Amino acid sequence: MAAKSNAMRKSEPVLQPVAPRSATQLDRLIHERLRLGILSALAAEKSLTFSELKALLETTDGNLSVHARKLEDASYITCEKGFEGRVPRSEYRITPAGRKALEKYLDHMEALIRVARESM
Amino acid sequence: MAARNPVPLHSQAFDHLQYIRRTMEGAASFTAVPGVGGILMGVSALTAGGLAHAKGTVEPNRWLAIWILEGVLALAIGLLFAYRKARRIQVELFSRPARKFMLAMAPALGAGAVLTSALVRSGQMAMLPGCWLLLYGAGISAAGAFSVRIVPVMGTCFLVLGSAAMFSPGEWGDAWLAAGFGGLHIVFGILITRKHGG
Repeated sequence: MAAKSNAMRKSEPVLQPVAPRSATQLDRLIHERLRLGILSALAAEKSLTFSELKALLETTDGNLSVHARKLEDASYITCEKGFEGRVPRSEYRITPAGRKALEKYLDHMEALIRVARESM
Repeated sequence: MAARNPVPLHSQAFDHLQYIRRTMEGAASFTAVPGVGGILMGVSALTAGGLAHAKGTVEPNRWLAIWILEGVLALAIGLLFAYRKARRIQVELFSRPARKFMLAMAPALGAGAVLTSALVRSGQMAMLPGCWLLLYGAGISAAGAFSVRIVPVMGTCFLVLGSAAMFSPGEWGDAWLAAGFGGLHIVFGILITRKHGG
């Protein structure tokens, strides 16, 4: 079991391009469904606002802000706060580190399926 | 051999990949509608409206030819700008949401082509503006179900204009078409560009 590190993962998660043996080897930060959704949506779009993400992922304000904050803390996404008229507006974008983490996660998922197929 | 893995990760993996794909497609289709393209479609429709109104009183066939050409031109503008926008925002999965959008539009456009032919043959050309606006509105509303809320709202506006056109004097046809294909495209094109990029 990997030692729990207090250091924030600033750039890239430690992942290998092979099928992980357990969930602990996956990037736990992305493995959570809503965080995976946020990252996937932002990988497909240049930027999305808080309300667009909320509608797209069908979640609540509280849930989205908690999980978006975790991704922000890991530097996987950035949030730009501003105003549209008098209404506050938060605009999210994926960072290169976030895109890379998602790609590695995708590689892991594909490897898992490949391994399962080979053992059939 | 059975894996020692206590968690059936591979079964989750497939589900996760599908979730990623669905989410990316959803996000991409969110704003794949081209704003600038909409504005240009509107400008071309206003030009066609001006030309058709000048010619329409003289020769119905030329009126019809102008609006059909405008339809083809608008379709080409829409496709070109949707393609450009997809390339700019680098949406790899664009083809799927775009296909979904076009497939949702296709029945209404197909019905429009059949009705146009039938109404022209039966000499009821005054019905064409209302018919086109209604069918385009129906198509946009259906396709807009996969996009940002502003798109089905635009579809509803077309439906309202089309309904009004159906029950108004035939000579108002060009005004309704210009207001719909020109005005609505320009207004919503500007809104989409400001909110979701060109």
